[in-house]
Amino acid sequence: MPVRLGIRRFFGTSKPALVAVLAAAVPIAAAAQAPPVPAAPQPRFVVVLDAAHGGDDPGGKLDTQAEKAYTLSLSVKLRSLLNARGIQVVTTRESDTNVDTNRRAEIANHANAQACLSLHASQTGSGVHLFASSLAPAPPTRLPAWKTGQSAYVTRSLAMAGILNSALQHAGIAVTLGRTAMPTVDSMTCPAIAIEIAPDRAAGSTTKTGLDDPGYQASVAEAIAAAMLEWKTEAHQP
Amino acid sequence: MIARYQTILFGVLLAASVAMGIVLWQLRERAHQRLLQGQDSAPTQAPEVAPAEPATLLVANDADNSLLSQVQTLPLPKDPGARARLILGKLMDLYAAPDAAHPVPGGSSSIAQVFLLPAPGLSAGITTPSSPAKTPEASGPQLAVVNLTGAFAASHPSGLEAETLTVLSICGTLHANLPRVTQVRFLVDGQPRPTLAGHADLTRTYLATDAVPTEGAHP
Repeated sequence: MPVRLGIRRFFGTSKPALVAVLAAAVPIAAAAQAPPVPAAPQPRFVVVLDAAHGGDDPGGKLDTQAEKAYTLSLSVKLRSLLNARGIQVVTTRESDTNVDTNRRAEIANHANAQACLSLHASQTGSGVHLFASSLAPAPPTRLPAWKTGQSAYVTRSLAMAGILNSALQHAGIAVTLGRTAMPTVDSMTCPAIAIEIAPDRAAGSTTKTGLDDPGYQASVAEAIAAAMLEWKTEAHQP
Repeated sequence: MIARYQTILFGVLLAASVAMGIVLWQLRERAHQRLLQGQDSAPTQAPEVAPAEPATLLVANDADNSLLSQVQTLPLPKDPGARARLILGKLMDLYAAPDAAHPVPGGSSSIAQVFLLPAPGLSAGITTPSSPAKTPEASGPQLAVVNLTGAFAASHPSGLEAETLTVLSICGTLHANLPRVTQVRFLVDGQPRPTLAGHADLTRTYLATDAVPTEGAHP
């Protein structure tokens, strides 16, 4: 009784209430005795944005600007959109500077990214062109060859192209898919896609929406950002 | 009154000027002849006597990023290298046409040469008495080396899709007409070049079979 009284005194409550408190405390105590399960850390998700060309290499000539300026502007816009969605972004260039092809791949490979997007623009064709590497898929190796590093990631690159395709088409943008041999993408050891933005043309080849149209550029960037968010969800699924 | 020595001097200078003019004219004529002789005299037009044969061209279309098979009847020479050059020249003529679906300036003169070599990795020739002429070099896979002109590369539209389609249509057209051609490499003015116009890799060896799609399919 002294013990019970002591408890009553300590809690300052009646018997039924004490029983309820003790009953509630049992699972808490059991949980406290179980080995602690650390909360699984959210895996790092990094997207590399490679604004093609730059410095002495202007790239293609667009209507009012060089390709290098267009890709840089798109890269800056995309970085903001991805950051706003909680995605970490690494860029290969932030200004009009020369970046060697190998250096671009080096930056992407050091970032250990889950998605690498090489951004391009062109006056030919229509809509957005998505290109995966034309290298044949190969099993991953401990020391991949530099010029064919992408071969171990081709399958995942094609899966990412599918997600980008869906997102762009959902936004009402025409998409063409293809495979190409491009030194930067072929050396990347991450799921990598080269994205080429072309004017959105009507069926008769008359320019409907030019590359300079801010609305078109924004809708392309929004669709790519939405695709990256979906890719992140897929990448984190067990 | 003009002094006698001045008259003689004037005469000598006049004669020297005329002589130098004649020499310069002759030198100019010789230089012109040398230039004419140095020009590429390889035939770009098939000889009239060659019989017309069907040739399959894989024609690129920028609108949907596709290669479409098209059969043209051309007088084709027997030599495979000259034949390949002529067929690719026709393909480039289609691209140089004003209403081309894949516009690329240059025309048939964009293809300087096409060399056909045994494909690398070919095993050493083993001949048997029953088939002495059938060596791997004679019937095995071939590597085509396409030498493009610098003017063509300089004027090619820059872009991933445009450059990729040009490269793949050349590879596919070669394989469609010369099935032994399984690999293709590119040179520009006889030299290796990193990319065609800033995008498509020209340093790698392309597998011609990869470029041959089903009808109208994307490469």
